[in-house]
Amino acid sequence: MTNVQIIGAGIHPFGRTDGRSGRDQGVFAVHQALADAGLEWTDIECAYGGSEGAGNADIMVNELGLTGLPFINVSNGCATGGSALASARNAVAAGQVDIALAVGFDKHPRGAFNARPGDWGLPEWYGETGMMLTTQFFALKIQRYMQMHGISRRTLGMVAQKAFRNGTLCEHAWRRSPVDLDTILNAPMVNDPLTKYMFCSPGEGAVALIIASEKKARELGADGVKIASIAVRTRPPGSFEVFAPAISVERGGKPTELASKAAYEAAGIGPEDIDVAQLQDTESGAEIMHMAENGFCKDGEQEQWLEQGRTELNGALPVNTDGGCLACGEPIAASGLRQVYENTVQLRGRGGARQVSGNPKTAYSHVYGAPGLSAVAILER
Amino acid sequence: MSAPSPFPPATFAPAPFASAPFDLAPVAPGLWTDEAQPRLIGAQHRVTGEIVFPIPDGDAAQHYDALLLSRTGSLWSWTSQDFRPKSPPYAGPEAFTPYLVGYVELPGQLIVEARIVGAALADLSLGMAMEMVIFEFAEGRSTFAFRPAGDSA
Repeated sequence: MTNVQIIGAGIHPFGRTDGRSGRDQGVFAVHQALADAGLEWTDIECAYGGSEGAGNADIMVNELGLTGLPFINVSNGCATGGSALASARNAVAAGQVDIALAVGFDKHPRGAFNARPGDWGLPEWYGETGMMLTTQFFALKIQRYMQMHGISRRTLGMVAQKAFRNGTLCEHAWRRSPVDLDTILNAPMVNDPLTKYMFCSPGEGAVALIIASEKKARELGADGVKIASIAVRTRPPGSFEVFAPAISVERGGKPTELASKAAYEAAGIGPEDIDVAQLQDTESGAEIMHMAENGFCKDGEQEQWLEQGRTELNGALPVNTDGGCLACGEPIAASGLRQVYENTVQLRGRGGARQVSGNPKTAYSHVYGAPGLSAVAILER
Repeated sequence: MSAPSPFPPATFAPAPFASAPFDLAPVAPGLWTDEAQPRLIGAQHRVTGEIVFPIPDGDAAQHYDALLLSRTGSLWSWTSQDFRPKSPPYAGPEAFTPYLVGYVELPGQLIVEARIVGAALADLSLGMAMEMVIFEFAEGRSTFAFRPAGDSA
């Protein structure tokens, strides 16, 4: 397989942009990625893109230009962005094309996601009785984890505090103001133990990444970042996922562990080799648990890691350097690509005030979502 | 050729829509038994032995036999619901009162999600003994829940 690089990265600021559709935010991100790569739209040979709730991506050709390129709509829930990127990478790696685009955008209404039982193969009573909420799942998972592994509420608060602090340094973040620990801990409860500042919100935003073969990147003199590996995995037996009326007493693996292991193997490196990481932080507890599920620490060690500031911008393993979902919000189809965008920024040394020190060479991103799927991408410089 | 019924011959009766002694309409038929101490009706896969709840519908149902689940277990995890879920699908009262939700491990069978009643958040702890009850989650409508065991006095 051909080695593949990201040679252009564009983002539409996350948050709320009244008067601009999700798809238009996608077009904005594509234009920015093209300018970053020094390319024209006519140079793009194929495209993969999608949104969860803001319409079909292929209609973007109305604005971008009717070049006749194949544009494949990706609809894969929380892995929409990750699947688009994996598909674009594969098209280039297979030698089918030299330059491909991956794009994701979304524009969600305010408030918690409102899932309908029928869409998820679940009986109506599950929703009627008030148990079908994503926020509940995350609270139930971290509640048990805290009991089993000695994680304190204060540590959950510190994750959110870090996210908002990093967000103040990031142009594309939604939440740009710091929030102090007491405010986070004493805020209204959403689902115990998680307060409102510990949850991300559905939002808006778009990300576009331009992928090229190593040969093409060299020809173009691109400021490229190598995609060392991408792995997308769905849940194995016995995992604990969102929207589960019952789970097996035989506890099994996790989709994140599967994707993580596959990505490390394909890249030929391990968690100890990673310099910077973006981990799914739907809420504070998710970042804590995903630190362990992705192999960076053992269960329970997070308490010490946070206390020692190891995941801060100047720490041993900076995590969620742009403020993550907590500060950026979660437009579903753009969220995973935002992580890869941020890693591209960090590896190119373009992070400005939030640039991690030590000239990072490897970057890790992890997105997780319903109904139990995970995508991991490892980038190298 | 018709698929075999997932229900065995009448060794027990699924709760009808109007269930004594509560005189409430169950949120759905066939979730729990109509007896003084009701039990959830799960199902077991004929080949793999996998236990599930609720009984699958559609084509998958033909591979399962109904299985009564234990009405006691231990608390596996819990949380509070502090904002009113959107309607639909939520069918609880308009006037919202926060409630509790948890998973209860039924030994050797399944870990079931349910509303938690008869307890405050501070009362709950990992592994505490729980028992199943039926409660009115919306006016005139019942669903299953668990409460700390031995609280029935």
